[in-house]
Amino acid sequence: MSKSREIIRLERNARTKNAVFKTVIYVFLAFWALVVLFPFYWMLLSSVKSYASYMSERLPKFYATEPTFENYINAFTQVPLAKYFLNTIIYTVITTALMMIVIVFSAYAFARLDFKGKSLLFVGFLALMMIPNELVIITNFVTITNMNLRNTFTGLILPSVTSVFYIYLLKENFEQVPDELYYAAKVDGTSDLKYLFKVMIPVCRPTIITVIILKVIECWNSYVWPRLITDDANYFLVSNGIQEIRENGFGRDNIPAMMAAVVAVSLPLIILFLVFRNKIMEGVSRGGTKG
Amino acid sequence: MTKSGVRKEGIKGTLTGWLYLAPALAFLIFFMVYPLIDVFIYSFEEGYNSASQTYFGIGGYNYSYVLRDPYFLQAVKNTFILVIFTVPVSTVLSLLIALALNSIEKLKKLFQTVYFLPYVTNTLAVGLVFMILFRKTPYTDGLINLLIKAFGMSPVDFIEGPYWAKMFVLCVYVIWIVMPFKILILTSALASVNPVYYKAARIDGASKPRMFFKITLPMISPMIFYLVITGFIGAFKAYSDAVAIFGVDLNAAGMNTMVGYVYDMLYGDGGGYPSYASAAAIILFAIVLTITVINLIVSKRTAPKG
Amino acid sequence: MDVRLEHLTKVFPARDKKGSEVIAVNDFDFTIPEGKLIGLLGPSGCGKSTMLYMICGLENPTSGKIYFGDEDVTDIPSEKRGVGLVFQNYALYPHLTVRQNITFPLENLKGAEKLTKEERNRKALEAAKLVQIDGLMDRKPGEMSGGQQQRVAIARALVKMPKVLLMDEPLSNLDARLRLQTREEIRRIQKATGITTIFVTHDQEEAMSISDMIVVMKDGIFQQMDEPQKVYDDPVNLFVAKFLGTPAINVFEADVKDKKLYIGEDMVMDKVNVKDGPVWCGIRPEGFILDENGALHCSLTGVDVMGRDTSIVSTNPKMTGLSVRSIISAEDLKLTSKDSVRFNIRRSKTLLFDKESEARIYYD
Repeated sequence: MSKSREIIRLERNARTKNAVFKTVIYVFLAFWALVVLFPFYWMLLSSVKSYASYMSERLPKFYATEPTFENYINAFTQVPLAKYFLNTIIYTVITTALMMIVIVFSAYAFARLDFKGKSLLFVGFLALMMIPNELVIITNFVTITNMNLRNTFTGLILPSVTSVFYIYLLKENFEQVPDELYYAAKVDGTSDLKYLFKVMIPVCRPTIITVIILKVIECWNSYVWPRLITDDANYFLVSNGIQEIRENGFGRDNIPAMMAAVVAVSLPLIILFLVFRNKIMEGVSRGGTKG
Repeated sequence: MTKSGVRKEGIKGTLTGWLYLAPALAFLIFFMVYPLIDVFIYSFEEGYNSASQTYFGIGGYNYSYVLRDPYFLQAVKNTFILVIFTVPVSTVLSLLIALALNSIEKLKKLFQTVYFLPYVTNTLAVGLVFMILFRKTPYTDGLINLLIKAFGMSPVDFIEGPYWAKMFVLCVYVIWIVMPFKILILTSALASVNPVYYKAARIDGASKPRMFFKITLPMISPMIFYLVITGFIGAFKAYSDAVAIFGVDLNAAGMNTMVGYVYDMLYGDGGGYPSYASAAAIILFAIVLTITVINLIVSKRTAPKG
Repeated sequence: MDVRLEHLTKVFPARDKKGSEVIAVNDFDFTIPEGKLIGLLGPSGCGKSTMLYMICGLENPTSGKIYFGDEDVTDIPSEKRGVGLVFQNYALYPHLTVRQNITFPLENLKGAEKLTKEERNRKALEAAKLVQIDGLMDRKPGEMSGGQQQRVAIARALVKMPKVLLMDEPLSNLDARLRLQTREEIRRIQKATGITTIFVTHDQEEAMSISDMIVVMKDGIFQQMDEPQKVYDDPVNLFVAKFLGTPAINVFEADVKDKKLYIGEDMVMDKVNVKDGPVWCGIRPEGFILDENGALHCSLTGVDVMGRDTSIVSTNPKMTGLSVRSIISAEDLKLTSKDSVRFNIRRSKTLLFDKESEARIYYD
């Protein structure tokens, strides 16, 4: 009798211990979630406070007493935020589209075609993956400047329409399509090009979408190259736009308007992320890196 | 059926293959291979004038100039401090978070989604928020300083104040930015450890810490090394994070990084010196390469055999 | 359309500097008659698939020619050759529905052959009806069973009315019951369409049961081509004799002395018109007659009763396999001893082969 009671006591102890352990873990995870989310909350909060109420809060309030959209109106009227958006969209769409064309053909050549010098060339491509952008950007800057392509979309776009990494990623995926499908298509009377568009690309659609999303994110956030190549605000992308707004936008202290601009810039990507969450996380874990 | 058996060889096949690759090749040669060679040439051309595109001679002057430039030395110091703090802290912290994530089932997806958010945000935009949170102005001390005061300490201006404070903000921001990638990689690495090992260890009566050090850690060590190596490389190339918090004139703020020095030499108020920029970029590359090689050797040494 | 192969040879280059080149198909020279179903039979890795891929143009022959009727198609690429191909793993386009899979080959027709959408769909439906999958036209391959996928693959190969239909181990991914059923189905479809069909398999039973003719090959070398029963009764060499038939032929080391055939000490057959010396003697399982005074002495291992027939398992010191299997009809089964068994052998089921070359020796 006493023995079984002892066991029950031990079990209860273990269960309590377990519960405490679980609670600690959830508190820890919730804390980090707070750290991650707080800046987002703060920018959203600040963006709906009026300038007057923001400036009057010596102790910042964690809520807005009279939420206003005035800042958003200011962000799109007092500074050319809409122009920055348009530029970024043009840049992102054209760069991504061109890159997809270039890398799909390259990946297909490496995965499916047989030609002299293929393996050597592929090794060369892999070696290029290790070259840091910082090393080649100097000459590219001089080249684009000499070609009088500064402050043009051509100059902005050209250096980023090829990515060895994405070629590699896509090639790996193309190679997983069974050979028999290619043979079947051949016998069915399909040319190489038609096979690529009618079979290979539809079959590999998930990876292609992942690459497109990752490239869109990269384009939307790109800062260094656009900063070097544009000094005319007519060609600024959102990153440079934000920097410009910060330096000489609404006057240095109109924080709420600034935050409205920041929210506007961040929102498209956050929505994209929430929609394609699984694709993005899977794509990044397959080898994406920040920047 | 072997792949080598596919039709399409010979001259026509070779032509097709190279044709498909032509666009990629053209861009890569023009924007990667040529610049790579050119940057070395630039770095040895002394007294290059970007207006007339002439130079006086060939030699190592650019390197010695850069190495004596106080701005560059400041940038090197900043970069090293950044690397030394952010890489270990972010790696250990993300490992803890990944372990915690893997031990729960409820809300796991939600936490993972939230933790990944910084990855998809614009570095420049969110940097502004950090600046506001840490800044001390005549009107307000800022949120972080309020917290500090609540603990009975005196407020600091983290943005335009003392060096250590500025460095602290930068490190915090860099860690905040790099965490999503590390958490993601480590969570999937932990999830891919075969549960059979844990079951076996439980039967053998191993304690939880013992299981972690004897099973989990060795199993995911390749991923940890991968993160450390990419973390080092990434931290050495930090730049836009600093701009986001301190503005474009990083030299004035004393917070420039090595990459920032390269760009400032190239363009901007102090710009127009591609030779100095090239020399600095090559020094940076040499440092990164050395540290990566050391990392690889260490990881080879400590990797489990078999 | 008949298919004629003239000295067809395929040599694969060595994989690396140390390796040697592989002759996958060596000097094939025969004609496949129009409208027939031909089974191309051989063990795995004997070059059957290479042969098939050369006929459909996915592989270039190293030398030799391929004719469809009078037309030399050797240099015509597969997309213009007008053949249909069915794969072992079906190779259906996973992103397309059954209808889209079947119309796919039709969409590639150009010029005068170009079809309207209605015509394409009509033809697809006809092909689907032929293989009895017309109720599944809007499914994706992933939502179907293996047998159904195989039917779609056949419909896709048939829809453009190919000159020649080629099948690469089409049944090996199906389970036993489906395999039997699909086998009959293929036979029926071939008869209904009358398309010359070449069917690759390593399963001799499969080839025997549905082919008009079978071609046996080994290590890239042509062995024999004839009607299945002919090849079984009259194999040209020991390999073909061993490869065909279940249970397999029983092979003994034997000797011919003074026109008499000896297995060990037992004189099993006389009037053997062959010069003296050692030979391989193959006896089909149905070639044994149980006889308590029979010539061939064997040690009895066991008896397998399999319904109508009974198979006696025994051993003999001169046998080459693990045991001697003989098939006796149940009413003849009278065993007198527990340990030994004696047989007489049927002359028509006994085949002799040269000890060195393993070529058939005719002894009458």
